[in-house]
Amino acid sequence: MNIDILASKQLLAAIITSAFVGGIAGYIGSLMVTKRMSLMGGALGHLTLPGIALALVYGIDVSIGALLFLIFGIILIWAIEKRTKLPTESVTAIVFSSSVAIALLFLKHEEIDIAIIGDISKITFYTATVTAVISIAIFFIVRFILRYIVLASISEDLAAVEGANVLLYKFIYLACIACVVALGVRIVGGLMTAALVAIPACTSKNISKNLYGYTYFSLLVGATSCALGVFAAYITKLPTGPMIIICSSLFFIFSLVLKK
Amino acid sequence: MEKNILIVENLSVTIDGNKVLEDISFKVKKNEVLIVLGPNGAGKTMLLRTLLGLIPYTGTIDWKEKKISYLPPQEHINKQYLLPLTVEEFLSLKNISGKRTEELMKKVGLDLNLKHHQIEKLSTGQFQRMLIAWAISNNPQVLIFDEPTTGIDIGGEETVFTLLHKLWKEHGITMILVTHHMHAVWEHATDVLCINKKELCYGKPEMILTKENLEKIYGLGAKIYEHRHFGK
Repeated sequence: MNIDILASKQLLAAIITSAFVGGIAGYIGSLMVTKRMSLMGGALGHLTLPGIALALVYGIDVSIGALLFLIFGIILIWAIEKRTKLPTESVTAIVFSSSVAIALLFLKHEEIDIAIIGDISKITFYTATVTAVISIAIFFIVRFILRYIVLASISEDLAAVEGANVLLYKFIYLACIACVVALGVRIVGGLMTAALVAIPACTSKNISKNLYGYTYFSLLVGATSCALGVFAAYITKLPTGPMIIICSSLFFIFSLVLKK
Repeated sequence: MEKNILIVENLSVTIDGNKVLEDISFKVKKNEVLIVLGPNGAGKTMLLRTLLGLIPYTGTIDWKEKKISYLPPQEHINKQYLLPLTVEEFLSLKNISGKRTEELMKKVGLDLNLKHHQIEKLSTGQFQRMLIAWAISNNPQVLIFDEPTTGIDIGGEETVFTLLHKLWKEHGITMILVTHHMHAVWEHATDVLCINKKELCYGKPEMILTKENLEKIYGLGAKIYEHRHFGK
């Protein structure tokens, strides 16, 4: 009985954490379904792998390890882009594949599993609370800069003339994406974070008529598929990360049916 | 005598070691229409973007007006893989109310049924009209338009120039335009600035648009334009 309560408490903590991560990933992901940003989520996920590897080796929180590497990676991408004028996505491809290579060289087998598909068995209520607070903070930051992000996706000059410091907002936007990815690797691993940001947004795009509905529906679909995925994984005893992505994909398929 | 609202002196822009604009000087008075002419790659877009403070420069750019609106050239506007933003939502990014949105849409000749259409699904011409609505929405004092009629059909082209003319006449707006339409230059320009990285000519259209100058700017093809004008 005690074990059951312990297990169900842990399950609840995992569901809360996943729902918040899924929700914020869906929300920020909805802004990333544009020409230049769509591959970013995946690339950044891969970039976290050496960070997760080091975190596992030294016993620190995987999200912190992931975030440190993301910051390092983004600065590197930004610096190379500035120097070479290559497109962001090309520079990202160079940096992220190198980081996967580094991670694979240093990780042991069991750590590779955790790094690649995530691990929710160690989630506590403390983790759930911290995740919720960070997610809510990111939500408000993104909502604040949304106007400029949307405008800059059409024309950076238009955004700049409106008084936006485009470089600064881009940096804040990327930093928020990085935080979401760092939160995401905990539940789905470094290889599948692209799915967390991309699938709910695509699902929502299929059925939304305007931006407002689209961003919030993406948030809702993201949160629901993560919560359902964790629950399904608990029932079936299958790995959580893949179950979350399967749930998310099912919503996407359903949206295809609804798409006019 | 109207006051100068823009004074540009010895403006130069260097990008990656290349001089893309060199020693350009001109003045714009209130309610003037300055049309910038030059062949492709002459630095016209660069000049407008520099005037807006988007590009570092040397020399002087002295604005006496703060309310400046900008319409970027088509090649600087991304129209593919956009977020599912409607025309109304796009205009609301500039804090425009619903009623004003309809007013603006009518003004630029956009069908009101398009209000809830996603901007990704608009035609090139409709998209351009929406951007013009955006640019004029906050009653600017100065409009800086880079090829405003690109992609718009002939009827629409006239509408755009007529609209700009109306704004200019009724609201005393000052305009700086880049266009390749010589008829627009003849009809609407109060001043013409010709550049090809350097300043080639600057002054009133009747003084500037001579056969020699047009050949200097565009090469031999310029004759066609000249015939059109004198053939009227």
